[in-house]
Amino acid sequence: MGSQYSGGDMGERARHLAKKSILWLALSLFLGLLLFAVILADSRSASAEPLPGGNVRAIPAFARKYGLPCSACHTAWPELNNFGQVFRDNGYQLMNDRDSPIWQNPSYWPITFRMTPNWHRERTNHQPVDGAPPNGSVVEQHGFDLSGMDVWTAGTLYKNISFSLLPSLDSDGTFGFENAFVRFDNLLNSRWVNVKFGKFELDNLISEKRFLFLSANGGFYQTYHFVPVGASNDFGLGDNQIGVELMGHSANSYTRYSASLVSSNSGNPGLPSNRTYDGYVTFSQAFQVGRLGLQRLGGYAYAGRRPTFSQTFGGGEPIPGTGLGNKSFYRVGFAGDLYILQGKWEFLPFFLHGYDNVFLGTATPANVPLPAGAQAPKWNGGFIETHYYYSPQLVLTGRYEIIRMSRQALTSNPSNLGDIDAYTAGYRWYPIMFSRAGLAWHNEFSLVKTAGSIPLSGNGVGSIPCTATCPGVWSQSLLFGFDFDF
Amino acid sequence: MKSITSVVAFFFGSLGLALAAGTTPCFAQIDIHFHAVTGPMEARVGGLTGHSSDGKALYRRFCVGCHGASGDGNGENAIWFDPTLGFAKPRDFTVAVFKCRSTPSGTLPTDEDLFDALTRGFVTTNMPEWRPLSGLDRADLVAFIKTFSLRWQTDKAGTPIAIPPEPPAKIESILHGRELFQKMECWKCHGPEGRGDGPSAATLTDSKGNPIRPYDFTTGERFKCGVSNRDLYRIFMTGLDGTPMPSFADTIKPEEAWDLVHFLRTLQVSIKTPELATFKQWVSAHPGQLKPIGQQAPSGN
Repeated sequence: MGSQYSGGDMGERARHLAKKSILWLALSLFLGLLLFAVILADSRSASAEPLPGGNVRAIPAFARKYGLPCSACHTAWPELNNFGQVFRDNGYQLMNDRDSPIWQNPSYWPITFRMTPNWHRERTNHQPVDGAPPNGSVVEQHGFDLSGMDVWTAGTLYKNISFSLLPSLDSDGTFGFENAFVRFDNLLNSRWVNVKFGKFELDNLISEKRFLFLSANGGFYQTYHFVPVGASNDFGLGDNQIGVELMGHSANSYTRYSASLVSSNSGNPGLPSNRTYDGYVTFSQAFQVGRLGLQRLGGYAYAGRRPTFSQTFGGGEPIPGTGLGNKSFYRVGFAGDLYILQGKWEFLPFFLHGYDNVFLGTATPANVPLPAGAQAPKWNGGFIETHYYYSPQLVLTGRYEIIRMSRQALTSNPSNLGDIDAYTAGYRWYPIMFSRAGLAWHNEFSLVKTAGSIPLSGNGVGSIPCTATCPGVWSQSLLFGFDFDF
Repeated sequence: MKSITSVVAFFFGSLGLALAAGTTPCFAQIDIHFHAVTGPMEARVGGLTGHSSDGKALYRRFCVGCHGASGDGNGENAIWFDPTLGFAKPRDFTVAVFKCRSTPSGTLPTDEDLFDALTRGFVTTNMPEWRPLSGLDRADLVAFIKTFSLRWQTDKAGTPIAIPPEPPAKIESILHGRELFQKMECWKCHGPEGRGDGPSAATLTDSKGNPIRPYDFTTGERFKCGVSNRDLYRIFMTGLDGTPMPSFADTIKPEEAWDLVHFLRTLQVSIKTPELATFKQWVSAHPGQLKPIGQQAPSGN
C-alpha cells in the first residue's frame, strides 16, 4: 500500500503518527468500553432468572406473527437457513392454516425497521488528489455514521396471496423502493407454480440482500455489480428488478427453480431508458450429506439487452424509455451452499462468466462506427465466502473475491484493466436474540484492489492513468456498529 | 502503522470478548438452563440414530422460543398463544404426554411418532412443519426432547396398535359410521355437522386446564395427526392424550372404527372427498330417510 507521506521531515512525521496513534488508541478504548458495557449488561442478565415473555412486548414482524426465534429462519440474521427459505418460498407462510391475516390479532404490527449506527473508516491510495505526486496520494475519511434504514413489511393478504413492500432511506435521505411485489402462491394447488409481480430481488442462489456484510467495500458482491471499464451497460445481478417471476420448489425446498421476465431498466421505476425485456433462470438442488449438513448446488443464466442510444428531442435530449440500438449481454454461472462440521461451517462458492456486446463494452451507439480495435469484452468472476457459526449468537465471516478480464473491450487496453481482488473478514455477535427483536454487534474489515477504476464502493476520487498495466488502487473499509432490527 | 496495529488489536480484542461472551450463558431466553433430568438419550427412526447431545443446539435454535429452556412449554412466546382463539399452548415435554401416537392411550409414543409429529407439524397451531430440517436433525431433536422427562427412563414406548386393512367405503359403511357418530355422542363436541361446535365444545379443557377446541371437519384438510384414513383410524383407537378426545379401542370394533372414518370423511365438505360424493348420491336418492344428528334424535338411531 502507498503512503500519504512521500518524503519530508521525519520528525514531523513521527509527531503526526504519535498524535494519530493516540487518537486511534482513544477510539479503540472507547469502542472497547462500549462493547464491554454490552457484555456487562449481558452478565447481569445471566445472573437473573430467565426473563418472562411478558417483560418483552416489543415484537417485530414475523416473530410476533409466529413466535419463532430469529435463529429458526436465519443461520445468523439476515441470512436464511433452509427452514427460512421454505417459509419464503411458501410466500411467507408456515402452511399451518393460520397464515392468513384473518387469524392475526388486530394489533399485529407487520413492520420491521433495520438500521446500523456505526463508526467506519475508508482509506484509498493512489488517488489523483490535487498537489499529489504522479502516483497519487491517500484519501482517508472516518467518523461516526448511520447506515440507510429499511422499513420492511411483508406477509400474506390472504391464504396463498403474499406481498412485500420495502421502502428504504439511504443515509443521505434518498428514498426508494427496494422491493414491492404481490405473489400468488401455490397456484393449481402446487408448490411448483408461484407467480410474483412487481419489483423483487432476482432469485440469486446467494442473496446479497440477506448477507452478513455491511462495510463500504465488503457490503456488496463485486461480481454482482461489475461491468467492464468504459462500458455503458448498467446491469447488476444484485440489483432488484421489475417484472414477473415464476418459481417452484419441493416441499422442503431442496429442489428449486425460477424464471423471471423483467424490464430492461435495471430495476428503475418510470421506464427511464428501455422498452425491451430480459430473462433470468435459476435451478438448484440440495442434498443432505450425513453429519456434514445440507449441501446445495445450482446454476443460473441472465440474458438481456440494453440500448445504445435513444430517440431524442430538442436537439439531442433523450426521450425516456425509448431506447434504440439494443445490444445483448449475458451472465451465466453456478453457485453453491456447502456445510461441514454438522452445519457449523458454511462455504459459499460462486462463479460468473460475463459478456457484453462490443457496442455496450465500448459505450458506442449502434448507429456510429466502432472505434479501432473494439471487441466484445468478456470476464470471469467469483468468490468463496465462509461463515463459521460458533453459536447461534456468534458468527465469523470471511470472503475472497476475484474478477479477471479475459477479453478487453479495446485491444489497446492494458490486459488487467478492470481486474478486482477483494478480501473481507469480520464477525457478528448477537448479544440478544429474542424472537421479537434483534441486535448485532458488527465488526468488519475489507480490502479491495482495483486496476484502472474507482472501487465499486465509490471510495476514492479516481484512478491514476494506466500504462502497460494498471497500478492497483487499494481501498480499505473498517466498520464497527450496532445492527438492530425491530 | 500504529493506527493499523490499534485497529487490528481492537478487531481481535472485541472478537475475543464476543467469543468469551458466547461461551457463557447470557441474555434471557438464550440463557438456557437445560433441565435434562436424564442422561444422554437416543432416538431411532428408520436407519437414523439421533443423539440428544446433537439435538441440544438444534433445540436452542428452533424450539426454545415456544417450548422453553426447561421444555415445560413456557417459552417466551407461550403467553401469546391464546387457546380461546384456537392457538394451543406449546407442548410441555416434562410430563411426556403426547397427542399423536401409534401406541395405546397412556403409553409413551415411539420415536417414529415424535419424528412424524415434528415433520408434519400441527395444523391450526403455531407448530410448523419441520420438514426443511434434515432427517438426522429431526431425529436428534426427538432424542433431546426425551431428556426432559424421567418417564423415558422408567417407561418404555407402547407397542403400536395394529391397523387392519381398510374396507371399501361403501354407503353401508358410511351410514353405520353415522349411527356410531350419534350413538357415541361424538357430536356433543364436534357438532352435528362436524363444525366443532357441539354443546360441550365450549366447556372442554386439556390436561393443563387450557380451553381446547374440537376439530372442525368442515374446514380442515389435514388432521392434527395426519391426513390419511389410516391416520384418522389411529386417532380413534389411541385417543389424543392430554385432551378430552378418548381412545375408543375398548369401545368399538375395528370394522366399526373404519365405518366411523368413512362417515367423518363426508363431513369434510371443503375438500369434496369420495365418501362425501357417495353419501350425497345416496341422500338425494333417499330424501327424508335420515334423522338429524344431535340431541333430538333418539339414542341409537
